[in-house]
Amino acid sequence: MITIDTISKKYGKEVVLNVEKIEIPKGQSFGLVGNNGAGKTTLFNILLDLIRPTTGLITSNNIVVSESEDWKNFTGSFIDESFLIGYLTGEEYFEFIGDLRGMNKADVTAFIAQFSDFFNDEIVGKKKYLRDLSKGNQKKAGIVAALMGNPEVVILDEPFANLDPTTQIRLKQIIKNLTENKEVTVLVSSHDLTHVTEVCERIVVLDKGAVVKDIQRSEETLKELESYFAL
Amino acid sequence: MIMHFLKLEWKQFFRSSHWQKGIAIKILMAFFALYFIVVFLGIGVGGYFILKKQFPEQDPLVLVNSFLLYVFLGDLIFRYFMQKLPVMNIKPMLTLPIKKSKIVHFILVKSSFSFFNIMSLFFYIPFAIVLIKQGYDFEGVFGWLFTMILLVQSSNFLNFLINKNAVALGILVALIVGGYAVQYFQLFNLPGFVGTGFDFIYQNPTTVLTFVVILAGLYAVNYKQLRNEVYLDALVSEKTKEVIASDLSFTDRLGDLAPFIKNDLRLMWRNKRTKSSIWMLALGLGYGLIFYTNPVYEDIEVMCVLVGVFSTGTFLINFGQFIPAWDSSYYNMLMSQNFKYERYLKSKFTIMTISVVLLFVLGIPYLYFGWDILAVHFAAMIYNVGVNSHVILFGGTFNRKKINLEEKAAFNFQGTGAVQWLIGFPLMILPMAIFGLINWLVSFEIATITLGVLGFIGIALHKKLMAAIIKKYIANKYIMINAFGKEA
Repeated sequence: MITIDTISKKYGKEVVLNVEKIEIPKGQSFGLVGNNGAGKTTLFNILLDLIRPTTGLITSNNIVVSESEDWKNFTGSFIDESFLIGYLTGEEYFEFIGDLRGMNKADVTAFIAQFSDFFNDEIVGKKKYLRDLSKGNQKKAGIVAALMGNPEVVILDEPFANLDPTTQIRLKQIIKNLTENKEVTVLVSSHDLTHVTEVCERIVVLDKGAVVKDIQRSEETLKELESYFAL
Repeated sequence: MIMHFLKLEWKQFFRSSHWQKGIAIKILMAFFALYFIVVFLGIGVGGYFILKKQFPEQDPLVLVNSFLLYVFLGDLIFRYFMQKLPVMNIKPMLTLPIKKSKIVHFILVKSSFSFFNIMSLFFYIPFAIVLIKQGYDFEGVFGWLFTMILLVQSSNFLNFLINKNAVALGILVALIVGGYAVQYFQLFNLPGFVGTGFDFIYQNPTTVLTFVVILAGLYAVNYKQLRNEVYLDALVSEKTKEVIASDLSFTDRLGDLAPFIKNDLRLMWRNKRTKSSIWMLALGLGYGLIFYTNPVYEDIEVMCVLVGVFSTGTFLINFGQFIPAWDSSYYNMLMSQNFKYERYLKSKFTIMTISVVLLFVLGIPYLYFGWDILAVHFAAMIYNVGVNSHVILFGGTFNRKKINLEEKAAFNFQGTGAVQWLIGFPLMILPMAIFGLINWLVSFEIATITLGVLGFIGIALHKKLMAAIIKKYIANKYIMINAFGKEA
């Protein structure tokens, strides 16, 4: 589904990302872990064609992301709060994204209704602008918006950060459901090793821009990761 | 401690990424300030002699005093719109071992040195010196000068109390208009009456103490009010007003442009920056009244073009020059969403076109000044739609500055770069030049028609022009994403 081919990014002389080759098959749940500055967000930004790589190409569903915009049709993403429109209410924001994703108002309402537990009555029907919500609630709105319009690829940067424990558990369930039928490819980055090992079948560790580990999940994965980071 | 604060202010000023790029604007503002300083100094030094010459039988000081009511009321109204309330990023300070009272005092004292307070001193001080040189009583003049300084400072603190209060603004305007009216109809000379009060101060300089008390009182009230707001919840509490969502489904008729247009309407309605520029629209619409009622401009037909372009295009210019920076805070999201640039830009174009036509319709009362003027306005409207809208969209590709929607607009140059100043040239000067030239060579009618025809050509070429503009936007995509990601 997604091929990352010799992607590197340099700012001046500083290399922030240097990835040889990563092949992500359709339906895989892919986890990206690494310390601060490892290049996780940079990689996602390149995937979304928000930053140009210094070398290399990323293809998504045989589309080179930096050359055609067609990948946008099947890709949903949430990187940070800059993906939210602060002066809209939750409903209005979902309606806007839904419009862009070819959903009508009824579709949007039905879609949002599925997440009423996840939202815990704090986003929809609150008459509050997104900019006035707490960081965690903003994140919830952004994540759900990324799932709108049946995307085949979902990219979430640090989705567990800022969420309360209940919501973290619910989010893990949502991600598991997504990849259940092997239809949707999910890419998640996180600092939290437990969360990632729980939802992702494959985990890639980045360090200073380079891939240092690429493992399929097994019983020992969490231990392996913990011992790696415990240096 | 004060040194720490000052150092922080200094760093904030020079390290903002805005500073490095916005240097042209800073220079321009500096020239602006310098200009005012020179003008005020000129009036301050020469004022006495001018008044003496014009009104030889009257005392210049008494004359000045009889005007002070207008000066201070006008100053307050000006401050109401222009002066920003003192701010400081206090959040990081709250948990540090710094007395809250100290923070508040610092903010208040800092505001005393605002441009608005310093400016008028360039008049009062030289004027006072001239008075002393001319043999006025030394102590009296000093008392008078100190009263002026104290009053300017009092205005400063009074403004913070009445700002955001429309009733107070109403009272100020009523006082200034009423004062003028009763004077004009010779019912009662209110400004003169207030002036005699100032004369009294000159004769009895010790009365200056009253104004010290007034200033101290205003400072104390400000202190008390601010001191209560040095809490996190006070800082955020005003934000969370309940949303009044309006039904914008009428825009659905615009098809796939609707979501963007809805967004733009909400953007304008719900953010400080855009809301406070709405009164600019009224100003722009009424722009013609300055020219058409003034006999000096009667024979300068080119002025009709300026008024026409400006009055039908205020929205186009105000809104258009910051495309796509309005959307800068969520530009990343837009760029990863499933739509084509064309759809986005088309929606902006549509909004601008509607505004131009609407403003023309609202400006139809200009008919009062003659058919020919309305004809020029009509041609200017076509020109705005056909030419200026494309020019301004093209100019948008040079936008590199993030806009914080939550800040007030007056004198807010955030998001402004050299392009915003340069773009004024083709927008206003070009149609004026074309019109002026043809009007001079051929005739008024042909000149008007030419403007309209240019507009129609632009409309006819709309698709081609848009394609070129879109190309430019795509080429600049990454640079814009990068620039919008930086705090100004």
